Amino acid sequence: MAAGSKRLIAVAFVLVVCWATRPAAMQQRTTSAVRIVSLVPALTEMLFAIGAGPQVIAISSYDEFPPEVTSLPRVGALLDPDMERILALRPDLVVSYGSQTDVQAQLARAKIRVFSYKHAGLAGVFTTLKDLGAAVGRPAESDNLARQIRTGLDAIQARVRGRPQPRTLLVFERDPASLRGVYVSGGVGFLHDMLGIAGGVNVFADVARESVQPSIETMLARAPEVILEVRATGLLAATDIAQARRVWGALGAVPAVKQGRIEILTGEHLVVPGPRVVQATAAFARALHPDVYK
Amino acid sequence: MSPLRQGTLDSVAATKTSARDDLSRTVPTPIRTRLLKTIVGFGVLLVVTCVVAPLVGSSPLNFARVFDRSIPFSDNVDAQIFFIARMPRIVAGAIAGAALAAAGVVFQALLRNALATPFTLGVSAGASLGAMLAIVLGATISAGPFSAVPVASLGGAAIAAAIVYRLATMQDRAMSTTVLLLAGVTLNSFFSALIMFVQYIADFAQVYRAIRWIMGDLDVGSFDPIVAALPMMAIAFAMFAWLPSSLNLLSIGADAASARGVDVGRTQRLAFVSASLATAAAVSLAGPIGFIGIVVPHLVRLMVGVDHRLVLPASALFGAAFLVMCDLAARTLLAPLEIPVGVITAMLGGPFFLWLLVRKG
Repeated sequence: MAAGSKRLIAVAFVLVVCWATRPAAMQQRTTSAVRIVSLVPALTEMLFAIGAGPQVIAISSYDEFPPEVTSLPRVGALLDPDMERILALRPDLVVSYGSQTDVQAQLARAKIRVFSYKHAGLAGVFTTLKDLGAAVGRPAESDNLARQIRTGLDAIQARVRGRPQPRTLLVFERDPASLRGVYVSGGVGFLHDMLGIAGGVNVFADVARESVQPSIETMLARAPEVILEVRATGLLAATDIAQARRVWGALGAVPAVKQGRIEILTGEHLVVPGPRVVQATAAFARALHPDVYK
Repeated sequence: MSPLRQGTLDSVAATKTSARDDLSRTVPTPIRTRLLKTIVGFGVLLVVTCVVAPLVGSSPLNFARVFDRSIPFSDNVDAQIFFIARMPRIVAGAIAGAALAAAGVVFQALLRNALATPFTLGVSAGASLGAMLAIVLGATISAGPFSAVPVASLGGAAIAAAIVYRLATMQDRAMSTTVLLLAGVTLNSFFSALIMFVQYIADFAQVYRAIRWIMGDLDVGSFDPIVAALPMMAIAFAMFAWLPSSLNLLSIGADAASARGVDVGRTQRLAFVSASLATAAAVSLAGPIGFIGIVVPHLVRLMVGVDHRLVLPASALFGAAFLVMCDLAARTLLAPLEIPVGVITAMLGGPFFLWLLVRKG
């Protein structure tokens, strides 16, 4: 008798669970997302920019923009997504990196919709924006934002058109006190694309990679006319500029060093392929063509 | 009995019997002559390597311009590539290679284990932890030739070596090689755990930089880091000069060595301190470049035998030439991209190591 009632309770429990989860599953298919978890900072920015900000309920460990996100719960990032917290938040859409296949499989088992992000060049920003707009039911807003970005980039390109294009070394990582651990943009990726729009020629354009660790020999041989250092974090103090000039000063034969054209830009907007690419590209253009932006 | 130990026994036995049989048989080549031949042979190899290596690189150089004094140095790209990019690299490679190979010989004799490397006793793990902390904490302190990452890696290496040394000398006055080995291996894994923890809490880019540091890099960019490492190297090599004969006897066993008048405790301490110092200096200069410390001593033994009076100097010279050649491959094979030099040494060293195991097994 006791065993029979236990079995009955178990069956009833299963039925209740099925009943409770079925309508939710159907709802996901019919309406656009209302509870979004974003693990990708660039896409969080896009969501806020197309007016889907109120639907975002949690973000990654690295999200900083827009300022509203800082009050949201953080659920890990690319390598350490906190699956338990994500599921506990009961999202109906999770924006994740394409490489997070385990996360995506787990979410699929939980019947939670996934937006899979593939990192690509500047053109990728537009396709991602279009797909994301469709996924959250805001295609008009995303089209509008894409147009704004396009217009902004076109304006920058038009402004520097016809100017001599300096051969540029675009540095995004370096050991603070030396020329070791230097990483620069190769000929692929949004940094390279933004440099091109800002009227610069990437000295490592021939290397079909997003990042290159050049030796001192290759940096000397490529002879850049401008060294553009992009730093995602930290404020720029006068001592930083002095130190950078001293460090690069070791390569005296490089035209950029000789002419004192070592430009340092800071701000995480420079390294996030989101809606602020226009701002970032404008910063590149100002650094490369100070005469145009007087 | 390890093959190395057997070999050393044979050689010691051979020297003893040869002394007795001097009159009746052909006179064997005295050690001085053999040492001279060895040093000249390997020295020539090193000189040739160091002359050829700077002539080759990812960018073609105009050598007339390199040495043309009429062009100011600040405008002379060819001269800058030669003197700023290539020469310090080659000197750094030679010094680090010599130190790691010699340290490998000493550790193999001290631990009486043919598979010991300069990194067996936790020095590289300590150095890596130090370097990683410096990178993650964003330390930017630099004074003259000393900058944060090398200094921190040196500190980490010193702490690791001190812990191992203390543990091995705790129970009695002589060093226990078993304790040395076990303490070293344990410390290696403990430091690796700490490294993983620091990596986990660190920022993405910092982790990548730290991992890249572990792969080894000789692109030092100036002579400053070399100057910073030189005093330690000089002390280590001066200590090495005292070691060879004692190491020969130590390789047979502590008791046998002691019976032949070797101050075992003192020799062990000297060997441990000098090899740790050389390793730490090499790692702070170029990162923990693997396999040099095992490949080179074994290759050298194949060529000159097991007498440490020959193996130690020959390994230092050959190690220097070997690392300079590996770095030449690292900077030219995929130019303008570069292969981390530690990857090259490991790719050559790994299969060699396996061959060695199979052959001796």
